[in-house]
Amino acid sequence: MKLSAQEYARRVRRIGPHSPLGMDCLWAFGVGGCICLLGEVLRQRYLALGLEADLAGTLTSCSLIALSAVLTTLGWYQKLAAKAGAGSLVPITGFANAVVSAAIEFKSEGRVLGTGAKMFTIAGPVIVYGTLAAVVYGVVLWAAGALGVALPS
Amino acid sequence: MVNRCGDTLLFEAPPVIAAGAAVGGKKESEGPLAAEFDELSSDNRLGQSGWEAAETHLQLRAARLCLKKAALPQEKVQLALAGDLQAQCTASSYAMRELGVPFAGVFGACSTMAEALGLGAVLCSSGAARNLLAMASSHFCAAERQFRTPLSYGAVRTPTAQWTATAAGCCLLQPQGEGVGIAAATFGRVQDYQVKDINNMGAAMAPAAASTLLHYFRDTNTEPQEFDCIYTGDLGQVGSQLLRELLAAEGFLLKNHVDCGCILFDAKEQQVKSGGSGPGCCAAVLCGHILPRLRRGSQKRVLFAATGALMSQTTFLQKESIPAVAHLVELRGPEKEN
Repeated sequence: MKLSAQEYARRVRRIGPHSPLGMDCLWAFGVGGCICLLGEVLRQRYLALGLEADLAGTLTSCSLIALSAVLTTLGWYQKLAAKAGAGSLVPITGFANAVVSAAIEFKSEGRVLGTGAKMFTIAGPVIVYGTLAAVVYGVVLWAAGALGVALPS
Repeated sequence: MVNRCGDTLLFEAPPVIAAGAAVGGKKESEGPLAAEFDELSSDNRLGQSGWEAAETHLQLRAARLCLKKAALPQEKVQLALAGDLQAQCTASSYAMRELGVPFAGVFGACSTMAEALGLGAVLCSSGAARNLLAMASSHFCAAERQFRTPLSYGAVRTPTAQWTATAAGCCLLQPQGEGVGIAAATFGRVQDYQVKDINNMGAAMAPAAASTLLHYFRDTNTEPQEFDCIYTGDLGQVGSQLLRELLAAEGFLLKNHVDCGCILFDAKEQQVKSGGSGPGCCAAVLCGHILPRLRRGSQKRVLFAATGALMSQTTFLQKESIPAVAHLVELRGPEKEN
């Protein structure tokens, strides 16, 4: 065929079909917003029960993680995520889904080399680069402190 | 006797597909071709402990049903050519552990069925095998966990993505006799147009299909309209449109083209985006849909070109582009005596 790779790439782009970006964004915004709203409702409930702000925040995260794990096990979270995309991926529930889904999937390869080893195949990079980012910010914060510049901690 | 003309092998006395069987899983049982399968299961585990074992079971069922239809005892099979998508083709190897017939594994990703048919036809016509099984399978769940993400991981599928079929197809080939004839075979050349999007296999494979079809048309001096239908395997809607455009640019109008990936599922209703894929997709469509039409006489001469994307998870992560290949066989309905 006479076609070059560049010409073919143009043809592929023209044919599409492209993701419905507007709709995808709306879904992500709606579902992501609802998950955050649920988190805030939970936090207010924990505060109303007389818990300290720190503890209420931690308990909220734990509750959302537990909820996501249960929904993943029931096979419902991925049905929501198929529409919501980043809306269900970015909140902490998405992180829980990434860990739990891998743990379930690789159970057939055994508890140690299956579930244990593969549990963090998707979530692992988030932990690695999350920790790295925290270290970098820590260094910046320390350096700013040494120079007498106030940064939000 | 086999004659070579360019890349195409022409069989003077075409070997025949004496019988074929198609088995499928849940989504296939809800699709438009459900009635044409020999056996369907509403449970994708098929009573097995894992997805990989379920795929092995699919192959076994397809092989046994095929032999039953041909009323041929298992011991008379002289060679089986089979392949699948699992790493090191284990679905086929484990199925063959049960069948216990001489086995040569083949791998052409989603083009495996056409590759096995082409090789099988050569072996049959040369006298190397009298009863030969050609088969291929895929399993959605086994493929997802190997190539993409865990099944319960939440993610959006892009509109160009395809759905791996949970299906297997098996054909029994014989040097002569009753059945659909394999008149010619063209083994494809690997094509790579620098497509790197793993969610757009149709675009990666369309140039391979175009290349093999062009070789076949030029080698045999034929035109697309001389065939009742030109079937491709697993290009999906995106790849099919690209194939038609590529061939039109070369002066071949493809009006009688059907893609197996586009007919196995109802793309809208079943939310499979661009269509079906996987070695089992075109293998099952061939055995359940195409062969019966040829046997009934509603189609007399068709091309079956199956395409395969030849990357791996490793090459994809290393940012390599996706090479693809397409193999083709020309099928002819049995001569009817009036």
